[in-house]
Amino acid sequence: MDKFTELTAIAAPMPTENIDTDQIIPARFLKTIQRTGLGKNAFAAQRYDADGNEKPDFVLNQEPFRHAEILITYDNLGCGSSREHAPWALLDFGIRCVIAPSFADIFFNNCFKNGILPIPLPREICDELMDDARQGSNSRLTVDLERQVIVRPNGETIAFEVDPFRRHMLLEGLDDIGQTMAHDTEISSFEHRPSRAWVPSITIGTVK
Amino acid sequence: MPVTNSPRTLFDKIWDDHVVERLEDGTCILYIDRHLVHEVTSPQAFEGLRMSGRRVRRPDATVAVVDHNVPTSDRSKPIEEPQSRLQIETLEKNVAQFGIPYFPLRSASQGIVHVVGPEQGISLPGMTIVCGDSHTSTHGALGSLAFGIGTSEVEHVLATQTILQKPAKNMRVSVEGKVGPGVTAKDIMLAIIGRIGTAGGTGHVIEFAGSAIRDLDMAGRMTLCNMSIEAGARAGLVAPDETTFAYVKGRPFAPKGGAFDQACDYWRSLVSDEGAYFDTEVTLAAEEIIPSVTWGTSPQDVLPIDGSVPSPSDVADPARAAQIQRALDYMGLEAGQKIAGTPVDVVFIGSCTNSRLEDLRAAADVVRGRHVAKGVRAMIVPGSGLVKHAAEAEGLDKVFLDAGFEWREAGCSMCLGMNPDRLTPGQRCASTSNRNFEGRQGPDGRTHLCSPAMAAAAAVTGRLCDVRELVKETV
Repeated sequence: MDKFTELTAIAAPMPTENIDTDQIIPARFLKTIQRTGLGKNAFAAQRYDADGNEKPDFVLNQEPFRHAEILITYDNLGCGSSREHAPWALLDFGIRCVIAPSFADIFFNNCFKNGILPIPLPREICDELMDDARQGSNSRLTVDLERQVIVRPNGETIAFEVDPFRRHMLLEGLDDIGQTMAHDTEISSFEHRPSRAWVPSITIGTVK
Repeated sequence: MPVTNSPRTLFDKIWDDHVVERLEDGTCILYIDRHLVHEVTSPQAFEGLRMSGRRVRRPDATVAVVDHNVPTSDRSKPIEEPQSRLQIETLEKNVAQFGIPYFPLRSASQGIVHVVGPEQGISLPGMTIVCGDSHTSTHGALGSLAFGIGTSEVEHVLATQTILQKPAKNMRVSVEGKVGPGVTAKDIMLAIIGRIGTAGGTGHVIEFAGSAIRDLDMAGRMTLCNMSIEAGARAGLVAPDETTFAYVKGRPFAPKGGAFDQACDYWRSLVSDEGAYFDTEVTLAAEEIIPSVTWGTSPQDVLPIDGSVPSPSDVADPARAAQIQRALDYMGLEAGQKIAGTPVDVVFIGSCTNSRLEDLRAAADVVRGRHVAKGVRAMIVPGSGLVKHAAEAEGLDKVFLDAGFEWREAGCSMCLGMNPDRLTPGQRCASTSNRNFEGRQGPDGRTHLCSPAMAAAAAVTGRLCDVRELVKETV
């Protein structure tokens, strides 16, 4: 996973609530066995017409937002399916940071696992940042994870909260499987607790 | 373990019993008892294991099945779509390489992962259960902590049999009283989502309680917990009781003999203690719930069947008003129109929400002696091969086929349109599935979520209608 330390980038405003993962990446594109290549179909239904032509009124089809690396939306971003293809599609499109008043739990979690920083901020602040974003290509936001601030184009800073463990993983670009495997002894001893004796094993030959 | 003498919720108890270690910042290494795997969200996880030279820690706690991508037509033919075929073949290669128990496509027990798990006794009370699918919440009906995870976490669980998580908040949704005739678990759940909204449960695990929940059979409880995610919750739970134990007993992978008794003793302790703290409490009166449908493109867009579609002018927030307008345009509905009477093109009875034997019986009770309306395509997609077989043993297939329904093979089918079963643009569908998002059942398809009985009523009348009127006629 790529580290996330500081990002200065164009932000795309999407003032919509409940943007679900089916919108971010429709199910018919989930047939891939890879993590990459989904960016061209991110938001496919809103981005393209039936003939595959770009719809000019969709924000990510407009300059400068087609180069956006930050996405700002309203409440409950990423609701619906657990498909990690949603953050993969955003990442493949170029998005490294998503800002919204609230997020769906699984999507929020999936973002961190892919080096995307999700930042919850009150709706009024999201509105202000969307206004900044609409100022055009010279208007960029800086997201500084080390300092936990967003720097607006006018220089004003907005502080944000992030879970310390997840911040550490992002800043270092760490794989949490390796971290957990370091606790192997504890996991093994848990597995041998007498209170777990009732939990059946599933033998491979018995499933047909 | 952070176990104290203070009263605990059902969620707290299952959580505490699975914490391997609590890290400095409060993140827990949580042990996972069952990992269910399907073809769509696992290939990248297995690839990750291969790249880093890791093995699957507990293949004997892992079970794989194909469901999302599979055609629900004749199984003797090869899968036509090359990408779907590749995904299924990739799963087969992975389960062989890593030694994971697997229900193949042509197994008599193949089906939707959330139907197969409970049906086989693989999912049991008191367990932690994960799957790379948000509707894993279904298994919470057994009194297990079950939630959907992303593919990175699938890889994490494969490698470590644990997950990193902080405890959720506790929410209790109580439904008290008795529901009226024609009102099902689906209607109860739609009413709950309509009340709390699709973000109402965010950060919480919902325990469903109250006399109306106790009265539900296991299929109904599964419908309820299945859609916890549509209320934004991490998971849904119903405390295990005698209904649960009777359901579990004798299932192929459930504990047997003395082990079953030992398990039952433990399971009986899995109830929220008197005085346990819930961060959020919601109560609904069962008598006030009537058969319901969704009108819009979010599961919270719920209407009782006698209701009218909202208007953007009903709300003050301009963003919300714009969203209502967008949903109206997408759904091809007029503000203020009665939802009953809306003509449908397709009826889909199936999905991990409503494809169990009890669901098919409820639909058959409405269909018996009637015929699918002219111009309507109506499909029944049983949740598993075993459900299909059991329904056929009762003659339900004949009821449906005689009425003009399609009787198909098990799979996710038209719930998400990853397989050949899809709506065409503009088609309107009464669907027993769980999501009415834009494009969910196929690009530009229009979904009205409802119960199997309501979907059956729509099939035979050709319109969204109140099933109670049809049932009255029969009586």
